[in-house]
Amino acid sequence: MASKIKVKVKLKGDVAEVKSLMMHPMETGSRKDPDSGATIPAHHITELTFKNNGATVMTVPCSTAVSRDPYFSFSFGGAKAGDTLSVHWVDNKGESDSTETVLA
Amino acid sequence: MQLSRRLFLGGSVALAALLAMPRALLAAWPAKAFASDAASGAMNELFGTDQATPSSAISLDAPEIAENGAVVPITVETSLENVQSVSIVVEKNPRPLAISFDIPPGTQPNVACRIKMGQTSPVTAVVKTDSGLFSASKEVKVTIGGCGG
Repeated sequence: MASKIKVKVKLKGDVAEVKSLMMHPMETGSRKDPDSGATIPAHHITELTFKNNGATVMTVPCSTAVSRDPYFSFSFGGAKAGDTLSVHWVDNKGESDSTETVLA
Repeated sequence: MQLSRRLFLGGSVALAALLAMPRALLAAWPAKAFASDAASGAMNELFGTDQATPSSAISLDAPEIAENGAVVPITVETSLENVQSVSIVVEKNPRPLAISFDIPPGTQPNVACRIKMGQTSPVTAVVKTDSGLFSASKEVKVTIGGCGG
């Protein structure tokens, strides 16, 4: 399956500005199905990791209070063109997704 | 008999390995802090204390009024040094701890994300540095809650 993570990086000198958007339902576990009335089980990303050339630049533990299709942005120093930034998440069902982008 | 016992044992070992795997993956996930239903409880679980010093060096950018509680954009920036983590606590959410950013050295303590809010509540950014906990708060009014139920 193609990755459902979008990541954009803007280099300003040696500082990389990262913007990332990923597709995930982020169910809280307290919502009810309007037809059956059954509770929709929680399904959310638990941890998101950004690595630049294999070195972790950001770890984000998430709860159900993160919006659906989460968006994150941050920046880190010591980056240069040609570096590989990877994004990886795991959710509470053990599903995961990852993608990579080369800094330019 | 012998064979089925062996199969059963092998199967149990495989199952145990399978069950242990997600737990290992989630080793760093502070489940107790996220499960806590009180802001002070969540902070106690995460930091060992619920006391944070209000700091003007933290800028918490959130809307005054969030029309849709399901998507509330939050930006936290700080000029504090040696930041280890930035956490966002929504006091009146069913689970107040929304998100935490673990910041390794070299990464700037400027983060943005979008969170859900069930109702109007103070939103607090808690910044952990090597010299303690600092915070900044802002009241966000919510017209439509985003936690469902």
